[in-house]
Amino acid sequence: MENILQVKNITMVYPTGVIANKDVSMDVKRNSIHAIVGENGAGKSTLMNVIFGKIHPQDGDVFYKGEKVNFRNPNYAIKAGIGMVHQHLMLAPDLTVAENMILGIEPKKGKIFLDTVNALETTDAVSKKYGMDVPVNKKIKDLPIGVRQRVEILKALFRNAELLILDEPTSVLTPQETEVLFETLFKLKENGKTILFISHKLSEVKKLADSVTVMRDTRVITTKDAAELTEEAIAHLMVGRDINSGRIAEPENPGKVRLSVNNLSYIDYENVQILKDINFDVRAGEILGIAGVEGNGQSELVNILTGLMRPTDGAVSVDGKNIIGMTPRQIRELRISHIPEDRMENGVADIASLEENFIVDRYYKSEFSKKGRLNWKYIKDYSVDLIKRFNILTQSSKTPTGALSGGNIQKVVVARELSSDPELIIAAQPTRGVDIGSEELIHDLLKKARDEGKAIFLISADLDEIIKLSTRIIVIYDGHITKHFTDCRDIRGMDLGPYMLGVKKEEGASGKIHS
Amino acid sequence: MEKFILKYFTLIRTLTAILVGIIISVVLIYLISEMPAYSIKQFFIGPLLSKGRFANVIENASPMIFCGVAIAIAFQAKQFNIGAEGAFFLSAAVGTAFAISTNMPTVLHIIMVLVVAGATGAIWGFIPGFMKARWGASELVASLMMNYIAYFGGLYLINYHFRDKDAGYLVSYKLAETAWLPQFMPGTRLHLGIFLALIFAFLGYYFLYHTTSGYEIRTTGHNQKFAKFGGMNVIKVIILAQVLSGMIAGIGGATEIMGLHRRFNWQSLPGYGWDGVIVAIIGRNHPIFIIFAALFLSYLRVGGQILNLMADVPSELVLVIQSIIIILITAEAFLSTWKNKITIKEAERVEVGNESVAQ
Repeated sequence: MENILQVKNITMVYPTGVIANKDVSMDVKRNSIHAIVGENGAGKSTLMNVIFGKIHPQDGDVFYKGEKVNFRNPNYAIKAGIGMVHQHLMLAPDLTVAENMILGIEPKKGKIFLDTVNALETTDAVSKKYGMDVPVNKKIKDLPIGVRQRVEILKALFRNAELLILDEPTSVLTPQETEVLFETLFKLKENGKTILFISHKLSEVKKLADSVTVMRDTRVITTKDAAELTEEAIAHLMVGRDINSGRIAEPENPGKVRLSVNNLSYIDYENVQILKDINFDVRAGEILGIAGVEGNGQSELVNILTGLMRPTDGAVSVDGKNIIGMTPRQIRELRISHIPEDRMENGVADIASLEENFIVDRYYKSEFSKKGRLNWKYIKDYSVDLIKRFNILTQSSKTPTGALSGGNIQKVVVARELSSDPELIIAAQPTRGVDIGSEELIHDLLKKARDEGKAIFLISADLDEIIKLSTRIIVIYDGHITKHFTDCRDIRGMDLGPYMLGVKKEEGASGKIHS
Repeated sequence: MEKFILKYFTLIRTLTAILVGIIISVVLIYLISEMPAYSIKQFFIGPLLSKGRFANVIENASPMIFCGVAIAIAFQAKQFNIGAEGAFFLSAAVGTAFAISTNMPTVLHIIMVLVVAGATGAIWGFIPGFMKARWGASELVASLMMNYIAYFGGLYLINYHFRDKDAGYLVSYKLAETAWLPQFMPGTRLHLGIFLALIFAFLGYYFLYHTTSGYEIRTTGHNQKFAKFGGMNVIKVIILAQVLSGMIAGIGGATEIMGLHRRFNWQSLPGYGWDGVIVAIIGRNHPIFIIFAALFLSYLRVGGQILNLMADVPSELVLVIQSIIIILITAEAFLSTWKNKITIKEAERVEVGNESVAQ
């Protein structure tokens, strides 16, 4: 089979000085499904952006259909027949499916007016042709994420894409939606398309791909037929060593209830009921995981637990003490720490130094300041110690936090939140966007904290993470709890999926401990 | 070399902006002046040619430092409170009124006037701060509007209650000598105010970078959500920053009256609040850099006055330079391509270095 795409000796250095691709070469065969795997920061997305003409490498060439190409911007790549579906979908939420499909290449009536009928018909035709159903008249914002993604794929096909690039397409999907996506991709392959997809979920790669390119630390390690590699072998190539992906050991025996949430409800200012009658307990020495598709009330729940928001109704108590109405500082004083879901928004001040980021919740305590005067010398030593203990890669403790890689910024957050000697840890998406090495480290730290008798409430969109760490699991859908799994030893993602989508639910499910 | 450039990039960028501004002004002088060489000399060297002129530079820099530090404290909290102008003016008026109406021994008198003026400025800063924190009212609009209130309020106080009817023009009574800040260099009007300004710049620096409150202000400015997340009371912080800002501007206003004019003689806003914005931007909101920025701006202003007087170029030329510098400094992209190239070069050098170590 001939190669539809070849990249040769690509080297890409970003203006910030980060080297993202180093001498990268890869061949992609026509009419195949080709996976690129690697940890975060391995350079996968950079390589895709180079191919798509979004960024321009310092060195190296891209050959498309045997010809050397140098796309000035993505529009040229699209014209040549390359389509890209980004991890964060690039659709206009207030426009309908059809309107999104034709965006930029609108059919016109009399050169000025939009030909709506034509738009609907063409959209329908494309969706029929590839057997991908979409509600053409619905607005994007009203569609579930899986359908939105389908729209984005169709959009690329509508522009005659022959090579389709998908950047971590499954990271936002539930297991069921993932299945549907895979069927679609197989169908596209039958239709003669070539698919290049990025992933770090190895089971998917094995299921889907014909060939696999493994990247590690800005370089290509190897490209092989998928059949030749086992999941373990790919993992080994990705990380450069064996990793432990199994479920962590069960806790000895959880202690008393630390966090107790009772009949919690939240109605937002637009009068939308975000949380409905939520009940659960978290005991010392256990990890309670909450699974759910993002946007089903998890963020609001965390904000209420940490004092950033007030519930409409219900009670939250920590060690028997009601915390509703307390300020974030009063709650932190109860030895509750919080790893926020969006590290750049809440977790750090990116232009401030690591030192300034480490002390945000404790600068007023006597070690760090006396009579309002900051002890920078102590703060520096303290920061250097945290940097060492949590293995944070940085030039110095005075480096602006935003200059670090995503994984290292997350380690800064985790280092701060775990070093305050908490009794209750609220960990939201603790390993989002971090590399496997850091993920392992953070998981180990959480396990260690659990074994030391801390209570941990884990919120994660990554089912593997929930299943790996949780002692018990509750599932949230549309603001209420749909299921409580008390024994998670043999649980699989497929068991959680229907509850996450609200297809199945258990009436009156709660995460309470029955004693 | 690359490392050096990256480390001092901001400084280099500021200096380059200044250089570009100066080059353009030289070109302009060549275009409009009949005697360009003489004009240029007057403009750039003029302020250094006599003790009096040099003293003018220093004396003018003092209110700019006060207002620059005031603005910087608000800006560091990301509060665009530009009410320094109003706080400066109103506090000068209230300080004058207080000084005239009281009798005290000298040092105490000076201190009390400063306290009253500082309190006036603090209240003036509190109002937009409170409105922002409580109701989300834009502090920019509020403080801007309040500048008018300060202006007419100050004029009313002076013109209707403390006007010296024997003077031939609209001024207040002269302050009693007990409330004079001493002028210390014969033949000039240099007064102790410049030292007060320097002290407040250092205090401002120490406060922002070495105290917990300063840390709260800067963290709130960096990322307000993060500050809240960490447990800070951002409402308190936002108000505090603006109260301090108003207070320092207010003390600056009273200093100017007690040191330089010895009576309230402004009938229009003197504009130091705006100069404060300019020097805060040039000095990157850092009180120590603001001292230099104020001296620089004051130097340009005095040069411009000399130019107006001695040569055939209007002093408005200074505005051109000033604007170019501000535009270049605030333009994010200025010199950024150059910086990127150097960063990449440096990154590659480090990479090669690492590889050779590894092998």
